[in-house]
Amino acid sequence: MPELDFDGWVCPLPLRDSPSIVMGHGGGGALSGELVEHLFLPAYGEAAAAELGDSAVLEVGAGRLAFSTDSFVVKPMFFPGGSIGDLAVNGTVNDLAMSGAAPLAMSTAFILEEGTPMADLGRVAEALGTAAVAAGVRLVTGDTKVVDRGHGDQIYVNTAGIGVIPDGVDIGPTRARPGDVVIINGEIGVHGVAVMSAREGLEFSTMVQSDTAPLHGLVAALLDAGVGAHVLRDPTRGGVAASLNEIARAASVGFELVERQLPIPEPVTDACGLLGLDPLYVANEGKLIAVVAAEDAERALEVMRNHEHGKQSAVIGTCVAEHPGMLVAKTGLGGTRVVDLPLGEQLPRIC
Amino acid sequence: MCLAVPGRVVSLAERDDTRMAEVDFGGVQKEVCLEYIPDVQVGEYVIVHVGFAIQRLDEQSALETLETFEKLGILDEEFGDGFELAARQAGVEKVGEETQR
Amino acid sequence: MKYLDEFSNPDLARRLLDQVHAATTQPWAMMEVCGGQTHSIIRHGIDQLLPDGIEMIHGPGCPVCVTPLEVIDKALAIAERPDVIFCSFGDMLRVPGSGQDLFRVKSAGGDVRVVYSPLDALRLAREYPDRQVVFFGIGFETTAPANAMTVYQAQRLGIENFSLLVSHVLVPPAIAAIMESPTCRVQAFLAAGHVCSVMGTTEYPPLAEKYEVPIVVTGFEPLDILEGIRRTVLQLESGRHELENAYPRVVPDEGNPAAKAMLTDVFTTTDRAWRGIGMIPGSGWKLSDKYADFDAEVRFDVAGMHTEESSICRSGEVLQGLIKPHECAAFGRECTPRNPLGATMVSSEGACAAYYQYRRLDLVEEGAHA
Repeated sequence: MPELDFDGWVCPLPLRDSPSIVMGHGGGGALSGELVEHLFLPAYGEAAAAELGDSAVLEVGAGRLAFSTDSFVVKPMFFPGGSIGDLAVNGTVNDLAMSGAAPLAMSTAFILEEGTPMADLGRVAEALGTAAVAAGVRLVTGDTKVVDRGHGDQIYVNTAGIGVIPDGVDIGPTRARPGDVVIINGEIGVHGVAVMSAREGLEFSTMVQSDTAPLHGLVAALLDAGVGAHVLRDPTRGGVAASLNEIARAASVGFELVERQLPIPEPVTDACGLLGLDPLYVANEGKLIAVVAAEDAERALEVMRNHEHGKQSAVIGTCVAEHPGMLVAKTGLGGTRVVDLPLGEQLPRIC
Repeated sequence: MCLAVPGRVVSLAERDDTRMAEVDFGGVQKEVCLEYIPDVQVGEYVIVHVGFAIQRLDEQSALETLETFEKLGILDEEFGDGFELAARQAGVEKVGEETQR
Repeated sequence: MKYLDEFSNPDLARRLLDQVHAATTQPWAMMEVCGGQTHSIIRHGIDQLLPDGIEMIHGPGCPVCVTPLEVIDKALAIAERPDVIFCSFGDMLRVPGSGQDLFRVKSAGGDVRVVYSPLDALRLAREYPDRQVVFFGIGFETTAPANAMTVYQAQRLGIENFSLLVSHVLVPPAIAAIMESPTCRVQAFLAAGHVCSVMGTTEYPPLAEKYEVPIVVTGFEPLDILEGIRRTVLQLESGRHELENAYPRVVPDEGNPAAKAMLTDVFTTTDRAWRGIGMIPGSGWKLSDKYADFDAEVRFDVAGMHTEESSICRSGEVLQGLIKPHECAAFGRECTPRNPLGATMVSSEGACAAYYQYRRLDLVEEGAHA
């Protein structure tokens, strides 16, 4: 629970006596102002902009900007290893980083359901602020709306992020080429399993903690080392399978994964075994897939393994000219299987 | 059908007069209903399907099965078809044998 | 996972495969009954590694696949009701009924929830005493004990707002029906391992003898499947037709007596129509009179619903091993995992979905339409 500043109140009663969000907090009036002054700004700490105009004014210089937007609706809001606040920052920063950009600033817009406990909002805001400071990204503008009880789901966060792409950097899904090597920066399936373990109806105990993390430092290290990264992708919803399928289609290339080379921690294998899920489709955070020129692969691995967010980096496959648009995996037994784009959400099965 | 996975019984409990257990599947633990294996003890292995232990896993049997697999090729080499053995050792496939793709 | 991972060992798999190759001198067609076995075979690429002469006919052992269209429509009708929380295993959510599926009912406002276990549905019933909680009780003999215990608990604890929509199907009558079909090509069966964990193996020797087919109780991991196939080939090659147990670590001959006792109490045998196959007498379970109060079909008055199946869907022929999925004109065209016509395309174990997901590569290379 963050330290709420009760002394600076316009009218102390509304917030202090309101343990939960009321419609007025979205009204743009005094209540909204208090929420910003006394909950959001203190929670955001150093990451927050000092001025609070309708829009933030930023100096960016010449060059290209990366611009991304995301909405965060994860349930439960608090899960082993993180919260919706961490995801909001790291997810935004990572989207920018996948273009090779250094994050500059982001916005945070909240849609709150009437009745959401103030303490929960405080925890989320604090996590957001802490993650922003850790990632070195500024929280420069925001918005708060409140919807009637029953017409939302506690806290939804929308973000938009801006980053600056260094000159000469050209990273994008269409750049994948046959012969490229596919590298992942660590173990897969971790975030999805962590969230599932806390989800009502599935509860199981596990030591698995979400791997949410900002990856722009890792990307910068790769670029600084002169590694020719063709594609960078963070395999969030839909997992590694979705990401590689999307790149395959965008670039009209094929990918071949070697299942034995996939770094999957035992608790993830076990949780997936229990529920009948395929780790290739489970969501990740704090992970990126790098498709790099073959001659750069060894250097890329070295750089990544030296970075705190890449210690367990591994080569997991190659880009090929065959079967364009398709991802194929070589099974442990030596057979092959097509790993298709997931249709929708992966559901636990009994069959 | 019938996704059932093996786990080790870690602790026993009762809820609403129903025998339950905490079962460990390696890195994951889940609560499981034990009513169908009422005499199972902590430390034993069961297979679990949709939250129910439906059968014991006989550890001895499991190990024996694995041992049988281990011995499979070896016995052939000792007592099997001499021509086949020679062909395999020479790296030549037996006529009619399928090539691994 | 201990006692699971060891049964995927690639070196031992290679040895078993070598044995299968060495033993096979002529073509054989065998059926793996269970959808979970189909899933494993295709997911690990086992069918690609077997000798060309061995054909795996994917059986109807997928409760999702064979749940009658009529039952799906009943489920949809119940799930649409505003007073109902409809709980189901994840497998059933995309199975198409006559017009829609549970996913679409959910998006239209129905309270449809995926649960891991039927006990979760019972818990919901206690949590929401003012709502009706219905659990979709599908499955083979493996899942029936879980559903049985749940309705038994509901009755014992007086949880009156809970009910079960039952559509259980049984393996031995299915094997008989397949063998009775005049166009049957199956020469041996890999029996469903976990079904036998519950029911034991005693129902199978009479079938093996009557139809002169080897029946080998088989597990689900790669080594288990290969061992089941190996023993089957040895029987076929030597002209034997017996019951063998290749999954002894979890299949005792007598099965699970406690579970069987509960099943006898909670269910009675009934005729059941299998989607794509037709009516198989005595091949299903419904709730016994003792538990009629908890029968969702009665409570929600859907017992009288009757529906017709799609005319271009050839699931039935695929399920009987008469055609391969890509030999159906609708495969990959009107019928895809995104828009499935029949259950064999919906369930990941359905032969059509398995072909579409995992084998499109071979079909593309062979120039077949996909």
